[in-house]
Amino acid sequence: MEILTSSELNYLKKKLNREPNLLEKEIVGAQWSEHCSYKSSKKYIKLLSKKWDRIIKGPGYDAGIIDIDNGDVITIHIESHNHPSAVEPYGGAATGVGGIIRDIISMGTMPIALLNALRFGHINSPFASNEIKTSIRTNNELHSASKWLLKNVVRGIADYGNCIGIPTVGGEIEFDESFTNYCLVDVAAIGFGKRKNLIKNIIQEDDILILAGSSTGRDGIHGASFASKELAVENRSAVQIPDPFMEKLLVEVTKEAIEANILKAVKDLGGGGLSCCLSETSANLNKGFDIDLGQVPLKYNDMDPEEIMISESQERMLYITNKDKLKSFAKILQKYEVPFAVIGTVKNHKNLVINKNGKTIANMPSHLIAYAPLLNRNGKKPKYIDDLRVKEISVTPPHDLNKTLLNMLANPTIASKNWIFQQFDHEIGLRTIVKPGITDCAVIKLNNNKFLAAKLDGNSKLCYHDPYQGTLTCLSEARANLISAGAHPIGIVDHLQFGNPENPEIFWSFKKSIEALIDFSNFNKIPVVGGKVSFYNETKIGPIKPSPVIGMLGLIKGMVGVSQIRPTAEDTLYIIGITSDNMGGSEYYEFLSGVKGGRVPPLDLQTDLNNSRIVLKIIKEQLISCSHDCSKGGLAIALAEMAISSNCGLNIDLDKLPNTCERLDFLLFAETPSRFIIGTKNEEKLENEFAKCKNLKYSKIGKVMDTGDNITFMAKDKKIINLEMKNAKRYYENISSIMKNQ
Amino acid sequence: MLKIGIPIFPGSNCDRDIYHVLTKFYKIKTDFIWHKKDKIKNYNAIVIPGGFSFGDRLRAGLIAAHSPIIKEVKRLGNDGVPVLGICNGFQILVESQLLPGSLIKNNSLNFICKWTDLKVRNTNTPFTSKFKMNELFKIPIANGEGRFILNKAQLKEVKKKNQIVFSYHNDDPNGSIDSIAGITNEERNIVGMMPHPERTCQSELKLFGLTNSAMKIFDSLIAYIKK
Repeated sequence: MEILTSSELNYLKKKLNREPNLLEKEIVGAQWSEHCSYKSSKKYIKLLSKKWDRIIKGPGYDAGIIDIDNGDVITIHIESHNHPSAVEPYGGAATGVGGIIRDIISMGTMPIALLNALRFGHINSPFASNEIKTSIRTNNELHSASKWLLKNVVRGIADYGNCIGIPTVGGEIEFDESFTNYCLVDVAAIGFGKRKNLIKNIIQEDDILILAGSSTGRDGIHGASFASKELAVENRSAVQIPDPFMEKLLVEVTKEAIEANILKAVKDLGGGGLSCCLSETSANLNKGFDIDLGQVPLKYNDMDPEEIMISESQERMLYITNKDKLKSFAKILQKYEVPFAVIGTVKNHKNLVINKNGKTIANMPSHLIAYAPLLNRNGKKPKYIDDLRVKEISVTPPHDLNKTLLNMLANPTIASKNWIFQQFDHEIGLRTIVKPGITDCAVIKLNNNKFLAAKLDGNSKLCYHDPYQGTLTCLSEARANLISAGAHPIGIVDHLQFGNPENPEIFWSFKKSIEALIDFSNFNKIPVVGGKVSFYNETKIGPIKPSPVIGMLGLIKGMVGVSQIRPTAEDTLYIIGITSDNMGGSEYYEFLSGVKGGRVPPLDLQTDLNNSRIVLKIIKEQLISCSHDCSKGGLAIALAEMAISSNCGLNIDLDKLPNTCERLDFLLFAETPSRFIIGTKNEEKLENEFAKCKNLKYSKIGKVMDTGDNITFMAKDKKIINLEMKNAKRYYENISSIMKNQ
Repeated sequence: MLKIGIPIFPGSNCDRDIYHVLTKFYKIKTDFIWHKKDKIKNYNAIVIPGGFSFGDRLRAGLIAAHSPIIKEVKRLGNDGVPVLGICNGFQILVESQLLPGSLIKNNSLNFICKWTDLKVRNTNTPFTSKFKMNELFKIPIANGEGRFILNKAQLKEVKKKNQIVFSYHNDDPNGSIDSIAGITNEERNIVGMMPHPERTCQSELKLFGLTNSAMKIFDSLIAYIKK
């Protein structure tokens, strides 16, 4: 495997004014991998606005930091572990969780919640379209991996987070053929702390570098480079091994050391191992390091310097303190029996100098290592996008809409995720007042009567049809999820996942996606506080669909401002927003009808904002008793979910619903964004509020019944859907029966 | 002054939650006691928290059961001091043979986190005096190895001696024998349970259809030690 491209090697030679040795090439190679250097994407990420009031640290750091008053701060970070999880789902997913937890503690905050967004190929569903079923049958071997991946990814995340004692409070999951024999595992961590305890990251000459945690081994060798190419050969040695117990000890050590004001700088070891950790820290803090590689605790005595520098062994942290405090820090490490070693000292020379046995074996300016030469990638609009948009699609309207709704409820992308949630300890820490499934997003308790709402959203089907509109829709959905719980959005994180960026068509999609992110952030004045880019998500079958995952955080002051999706008996239901019949990329087309193509629903930023504002206002004024956004699966699914969550039947009249649909099935299942369903016992006051809003499209659509009646939809005085609650529930709980015998 | 001790091991993770409940809700002086401490005194009660002590290495609770602090907990327990073990704390009490039985992997082989209904089967312990006999209440579980088992003779014995304190009602999430969720020693001062009463402390839970009634376990304990 070539460590550096020939132009990169030439650049390095020119800057060094000499030939780099093998170790130096490996160090630079790890740092200049796409995974660590963002060499394709950095130019575009820099276009995000940086000037925001509450943002202490924005994109480009281990985690973003948001000031939430009273001296409190929230930190958030998102990462993926796609390649490792596709090869070894348990270890890959678990070490992904480990990485983001260390990012949070590196800032000086303690992790209080985890979320995840997962994407897999189709799991065998008896309710899918014939096209999907045939594809599963003919490629049985590839598809059988999906269930195995799902089961072990969930278990990997669960075992890691549960053991450390950080609640996994929310998530999102999508199944699509483009992830066949592969998977996307995005994990996000939220930290909470005091502004005064944030790590200052100011160091001086003669300060001491301590490496603590697990020994360095041969696991994860070339992990960053592995993640920077298509997944062609399954490279198991590039996958790291998880040890949540050691991570828990590191969390406790860091907490005690922060409270004792011992730490001057902290950095976790992740992709690229010591190479990236040391060069980035040295470059960011503008100091040099003299490292004695002989001091690094090893799993095997015969490891080469190259292996030691690029090993991605997990559960390792770099701490910097001064000589006076070293003793008290050592005491804390010894209390928890965490192995550690002093591996170097801070120097004023600004180089990364690696010594072993008294000899200097690498010596390069840290800035040179940390800042890879950026690339100019070309983008070209893929031909398929226009083809799909104008494609003539004929889907026969179903004659039994009852059956259609049941099959949609059983769609694993839509169905209940209880089977997954129950494997995560989502309660530990006493902050999870609102359990998963009660609101559209996770809501956790902070202090001073403040609550934090958080959600991850993605939609690869829409983003494939139109990466710009698709990304906007993900952002809109994440915001709608926060709004419908009653939260005020305060920050966005993004994780942009694409195939090979050397392919101009894929790079074009990436550029469109980041354009959408910038437009949404600027228009709505919600800062992007952090993010990640992951390219080369490809297998022999081809690239994944463009899959930006959007995370959004919101604040709620006081519990009265939390709204649930669960209606109460006798509520009157309203819909806000127009339903249009653009069905491209919808679950109705893709899962039930097996067709791609058509236009994706357009999103108007102003309407989206207006609708969100009015919903937040009526929640704050306590005019409503429940609210739910309308997204995957459309109106019919949103209403069925509300009915199932409350165990109360619904009676819906579709005639007055604001829409431009020519067909009933489209009206029921279109995924038009910017729509909310709300329930109230305050019709008059609510309609007065609505009347004050110019151009607001809304209508009364029905009533919640007393108890476990049927879910009924009427159109032109005819019952077009009449579902028994217990039947609806059975289909909705379908994932647990699919996964039971795994 | 009344004082409660929380023994902690590397990997304990519900220690701060219990501490929060005892200090914030009951205003009781509470100490964390590091597992290496081999001499403790003046504790009115001990609560062993949940978590993954020593990373569940070998078997959940096994290594912790052989730590210096557990020797002291045994001494206090023999003197009649109330001892409560929750989740991993229960596993530790079983492994240290302060309580009968074993805890093994759940029936489903999965970790399970959810709210369950519990039934009180013995009100004659320091942790259940505020309940009525057969009272039902809601409480969350969160465990991977929560399936409580006994052999036939042991089951007969604990039934005869009325040692079953809590059992799952209707749905037995782990597959425990006789749906047992919590058990006590013959002297009734040591109780182990898999569900987490501390997680029911927040009053806001009521807004979402849950209750705080599992807090009666701590109400009972505080009343007992104040007597």
